[in-house]
Amino acid sequence: MDLLLEETVPGGGHASLIVKRGQSLRVTDLRGGANVSVLMFNATEKSERLNLPDTLKCQHTAKLTAGHCLYSDMGRVLAAIVADTCGWHDSIGGVSNADEVHERYGVGRYQERRNAFYRNGADNLLVEMGKWGLGIQDLLMTLNLFSRVDVTDAGALDFVADNSKAGDYVDLYAPMNTLVVLTAIQHPLDPNPEYAPKPVKLELSRAEPGVAEICRTACEENVRGFINTDRFFL
Amino acid sequence: MTTTLTVSDKRPEHAVFRETLAAGEPWLHELKAGQTLRILDLQGNQAVDTLFYSLADPRERFDPQRTLRRQKSLYLTTGTVLYSNLGNPLLTIVADTCGRHDTLGGACAQESNTVRYALEKRYMHSCRDNYLRACAHDGRLSKQDIGANINFFMNVPVTSEGGLTFEDGISAPGKYVELRAEMDVIVLISNCPQLNNPCNAYNPTPAELLIWN
Repeated sequence: MDLLLEETVPGGGHASLIVKRGQSLRVTDLRGGANVSVLMFNATEKSERLNLPDTLKCQHTAKLTAGHCLYSDMGRVLAAIVADTCGWHDSIGGVSNADEVHERYGVGRYQERRNAFYRNGADNLLVEMGKWGLGIQDLLMTLNLFSRVDVTDAGALDFVADNSKAGDYVDLYAPMNTLVVLTAIQHPLDPNPEYAPKPVKLELSRAEPGVAEICRTACEENVRGFINTDRFFL
Repeated sequence: MTTTLTVSDKRPEHAVFRETLAAGEPWLHELKAGQTLRILDLQGNQAVDTLFYSLADPRERFDPQRTLRRQKSLYLTTGTVLYSNLGNPLLTIVADTCGRHDTLGGACAQESNTVRYALEKRYMHSCRDNYLRACAHDGRLSKQDIGANINFFMNVPVTSEGGLTFEDGISAPGKYVELRAEMDVIVLISNCPQLNNPCNAYNPTPAELLIWN
């Protein structure tokens, strides 16, 4: 792996970067129990956005793990999950806003807590998206890395504790220039009564296109998704 | 699966609005706070792809993930409050004779059809084309506003292994869902034209829309 950049995002922090076509972003849960809420955009045409419903229905899955692709609304692959030691990333829970965080954890202002103040996923993503000219209309369904929510036969949602352990990582290979916006923040259904978001490490590297074969060939749908993606670069 | 079905005592002859929406057509309509909208599956297993916006500020729109986590359940039925991306109640489901409505499958599009079915399916009609057409003519909404929608009458359960299955519909002719507006809203519907999916028996059919004060 040809490492280009390494950075630690503290719990509660937010970041964004362009993962260029042919690069891979590894996100590592440093302590276990992390959650990373993620949105993605085509870096050169940001009206093209991560579309979780399209992603889920074309791969007949609600969870996301190695072999799955993350699709835009334009039928292209923004990222391919080429490695995953965790096994389950959540598409259902989304991100809390300020009211929900207040309801869950109480008051945690900057005035008293300085940079340990209670942040929320919605505002963290909006701030980071605002830097790229994106707004609240672009805050679509988010992916929650390292989290698992089970659905019972009756439809009840159960947050699964300890889904991710220290050192678990997920590799996101970009077959197009993908703007990744993320925040390391607690999952909205995490029952922990304490505000305690966990840090994660980001590693950007050059990758061989061959690493994405397990995703491209996972199903006929993904073969076509990669054709659509390659056509964007003709 | 246990689902409590709830019938409505509203009578069609008292409706202030009544229209049949043919398969493959868009519909954009305002609903005032307190009004009730009934969406009726006339022939069974039709998908009615629906989005909701605040009339006062259409940037405020239906938020599927907040709606699901607030009720801690994947499925929508009577009593479900549809929340906005700002955390406000947009509408409440007040009657439901079907019992299953999908929030994860989204709306079909030319582009997603190329992935799901075949590259040459690109030129078939789709829900997102309907949305864009209705938004373009209305002027208040654009592509940016098109988030994840509800597919009324679609049955898309999640398995214990995290699989997403498109089950045979449990809807039938005459099944309906009723929603009471908690604020003034814009309703944007595409009556799904999908011809490639067995869940509607490859046969998109009309839906009826009724509004009561």
